[in-house]
Amino acid sequence: MSNKVIYAVYEDPELLKDAARKLVSAGVKVRDVFSPFPVHGLDPIIGLKRTRLAIVSFMFGCFGLSLALLGTYYMMIYDWPMNIGGKPNGFYYQNITAFVPVLFEFTVLNAAHGMAITYLIRNKTLPGMKGRNPDPRSTDDKFVMELRTADNHAHSGDSLTGMLRDTAVLEINERQC
Amino acid sequence: MHQEAAIRPPLILGHRTYGDITNDVVGPIENKAPRAWYVLITIAAIIASYGIGCILYLISKGIGVWGMNKTINWAWDITNFVWWVGIGHAGTLISAVLLLFRQKWRMAVNRSAEAMTIFAVMMAAMFPMIHMGRMWLAYFVFPLPNQFGSLWVNFNSPLLWDVFAISTYFSVSLVYWYIGLIPDFASIRDRVVKKWQKSLYSVLAFGWTGNAKAWQRFEEVSLVLAGLATPLVFSVHSVVSMDFATSLVPGWHSTIYPPYFVAGAIFSGFAMVQTLLLVMRKAMKLEAYVTRKHVEYMNIVIMVTGGIVAVAYATEFFMGWYSGVEYEYYTYMSMGAATGQYSWAFWALIICNILIPGMLWFKAVRTSFFWAWAISIVINVGMWFERFDIIVLCLHRDYMPSGWTMFYPTWVDVGTFLGTIGIFFTLYMLFARYFPVLAFNELKTILKSSGESYKGEVLPKSQH
Repeated sequence: MSNKVIYAVYEDPELLKDAARKLVSAGVKVRDVFSPFPVHGLDPIIGLKRTRLAIVSFMFGCFGLSLALLGTYYMMIYDWPMNIGGKPNGFYYQNITAFVPVLFEFTVLNAAHGMAITYLIRNKTLPGMKGRNPDPRSTDDKFVMELRTADNHAHSGDSLTGMLRDTAVLEINERQC
Repeated sequence: MHQEAAIRPPLILGHRTYGDITNDVVGPIENKAPRAWYVLITIAAIIASYGIGCILYLISKGIGVWGMNKTINWAWDITNFVWWVGIGHAGTLISAVLLLFRQKWRMAVNRSAEAMTIFAVMMAAMFPMIHMGRMWLAYFVFPLPNQFGSLWVNFNSPLLWDVFAISTYFSVSLVYWYIGLIPDFASIRDRVVKKWQKSLYSVLAFGWTGNAKAWQRFEEVSLVLAGLATPLVFSVHSVVSMDFATSLVPGWHSTIYPPYFVAGAIFSGFAMVQTLLLVMRKAMKLEAYVTRKHVEYMNIVIMVTGGIVAVAYATEFFMGWYSGVEYEYYTYMSMGAATGQYSWAFWALIICNILIPGMLWFKAVRTSFFWAWAISIVINVGMWFERFDIIVLCLHRDYMPSGWTMFYPTWVDVGTFLGTIGIFFTLYMLFARYFPVLAFNELKTILKSSGESYKGEVLPKSQH
């Protein structure tokens, strides 16, 4: 049996969500949803786990802060201590108050850019990549749900299409893969 | 779906569909530019080239071609720097702080405000660099081991804090702006038919697909970046103010500076957003998205921050006078300033920043497009005078009367300043022509909760 990809096109995110709820409760796995904007409340329906990008950001922030602490200690206390405006530099803890702005900025710099780069790589959105959305209207005003027969061995392609027809679908497109 | 109180005024006027929003924003990019755009960008580019010429002349001759002297060693250059950084405060405030406060009206203004922020910070960063004189050594401000041995930068100095603050602010704002732009570029990519546009927007869209996981990550990144950018917004101008506040010059050495500078920056930033957006709204026919209510909301922010600034002026004036210190008689907020040779600059500040923006307390004024626009320009002028007053007035009466002097700008001073305005507007015009000026995909999320025809009992016009 050849594998089929079914794209169901909806006109409104609420209609798509209702349809997804119905299909999932019938044991159908929804492969993906393509939409022009984030559809709130969709993730738990189609079984998407929460992203861990915030943790990535925290880790990059910790890295940035450590690097800034190490750098200011090495440059200002260890390598070349200077008497600047009488600010005490005998020990790091005496001088650290003057470094707070730099420590903060460097932490934010690392947290923000580290997360942004991870985000772009994880999403596979990088310069020179081609758009892979199945329907160009999905970045304008249509909401496209993708089902695959390969994910749903309990259902045939026709029964999936039949189930979709029972929802408020606008059109159904099938493709062999 | 999220419900909104019916008495809240709609944020998208008329009856619009998701497709209409795309058409309204992407349409002008696809079509030929109007003649006025060519005229305006030509004027801006001519001014910009004159400014670039002045900067090249300055670099080849040295800082002596500016009007500074031994007493007034910071003048228009740092004035312009602080002015531009201040203007660059509105964009990230709108997109980050207002996102955390769940203010939906930000969606219609954040994109152009962020673009303005980025261009303004670029203009700002140029001034300290050209002020160095030998700007090819500008990399010395970064903590790099150099050829003279390991002589490091001074992390105790607010000037170095500024390097870190401005570069972090600029790069984080740029990334935040671009991450928001990617889905909108993808919409343009999937729509345009001209070959060069197709390939340009394909590159800019980074291959965005808009699948569920991508949008989930997008929302998480927006939220975390907003959380990171919010303290950044407040830290940047605080650090800029510490360039002054940690010095020993009377008038600069003041603990009130950080909050006062941040309020002033937001005040001037929102004024510049209004100056640009009210013109863009008409020129690009965005009346349905940038409504009277948006203008009123922005004017309320201007009133609040303008109020903080006015209280700060009063405090500075009172504390200087109450201290009884003679040096305080010549600071920018003093009787000496109000009656001396620079009284014109002092009163320009009071009139442009307190008296005229005070008109916004009248609802008829703050909901009028014309008056909001006119007052925003006055505030831009006033905030330039504030920085000029702080810098030049506090310096011009040195400790020794023999060092007392005045500052006279040269044609190079004027040229560099006008030049940055020219470069700024050139970049902004290019942005308005080739980039989506509204975050239109984000705007679609509030269409069914805040759109006029979807709210309450009002039926879409087509169904009447």
